[in-house]
Amino acid sequence: MATYKLTVNGQPKEVAVDPSTPLLWVLREELDMTGTKYGCGVSACGACTVHVDGVATRSCMLPISLLGNRPVVTIEAMASDPIGRVVQDAWVEKDVVQCGYCQSGQIMSAVALLKATAKPTETNIEESMGGNICRCATYVRIREAIDLASQRLT
Amino acid sequence: MQSNRRGKSGSTVAVILAFLFSIAIWSTYSVTSGQTTRTTRTGAPARLSANTQQGLDAWQQMYSVLTHPRCINCHTATNYPQQGDDRHRHFANVIRGPAGKGVPAFTCHACHQEANADSTGVPGGHDWHLAPLSMRWQDTNDRPLPSSAVCRAVTDRRRNENMDGAALLKHHQEALLVLWAWNPGRRPDGTMRTVPPLTHDEFVAATQRWVDAGTPCPR
Repeated sequence: MATYKLTVNGQPKEVAVDPSTPLLWVLREELDMTGTKYGCGVSACGACTVHVDGVATRSCMLPISLLGNRPVVTIEAMASDPIGRVVQDAWVEKDVVQCGYCQSGQIMSAVALLKATAKPTETNIEESMGGNICRCATYVRIREAIDLASQRLT
Repeated sequence: MQSNRRGKSGSTVAVILAFLFSIAIWSTYSVTSGQTTRTTRTGAPARLSANTQQGLDAWQQMYSVLTHPRCINCHTATNYPQQGDDRHRHFANVIRGPAGKGVPAFTCHACHQEANADSTGVPGGHDWHLAPLSMRWQDTNDRPLPSSAVCRAVTDRRRNENMDGAALLKHHQEALLVLWAWNPGRRPDGTMRTVPPLTHDEFVAATQRWVDAGTPCPR
């Protein structure tokens, strides 16, 4: 066990966990922030995506010992993020969600994409979202919602 | 009659001498920056200087390292990296991206951190990225290029970020992602990843011999 200080959604946090504990489980089990989901556990599905120092990151594969002092932003902060808010509104308007389990990861990736590329092409969307799996196959609506958010942001 | 015969044989000798002389001219080989001709224009093997031969031998040792999966998996000719000793396509739809660092929302750093994560089996190192396409060491079917082609890529300053021999040596000595190949961490199953066939010291020593010989490349 070791003690780690971290910043999550702008708030200072402190946890005492094994150094190998993935960030995902620190968020869910230690900080009770269950918006970030456990999907595959091997970086293959994207359900656990959070932003680490602004970079969309698979929290299931990031041991807390390698986080350092980089700030973490999760789905819980998206409603107050200028781009996150627009993306979430677009998600609702396009009725993207079916079962919803993967959607927090999808939104975190979509926000990262739009922060880097305000007007993404279809290829940009396919490549950037290609690591986020949706077993309900909501991909068409996800693309539509990203397009809609992009239009509203530019 | 006799003098006529002598005249004919004299001409024959002159023709033979001229032929042998031309072969001697053609047989010379040239060593330029990264280019060595190892055979004559007639196809006969040329005699290389001992220094050049040592350089070529050193290059072959280097080639065995460069084509090891820890190195060549990120020197692909495609829009994706490879992984594993079988050099299979990287899982999860990972894309090269414009700078070899993935694409927005799915960069290399989505998983690869500044150090190996042995608890999860994800390798890591500073500025994890693919080599540029100019430094591809494979064909588009994921087969390693021959020694001569890799050597040309490594020595072509238009393709290698303008590195001369000294800079290449320094790159092999110090570049963090080069060093990572000898400290690649554990696989997800907990076993150690394989490392190149030479130690890092041996690799640097081979590079030094190759640079000292003028960075010769096999034909």
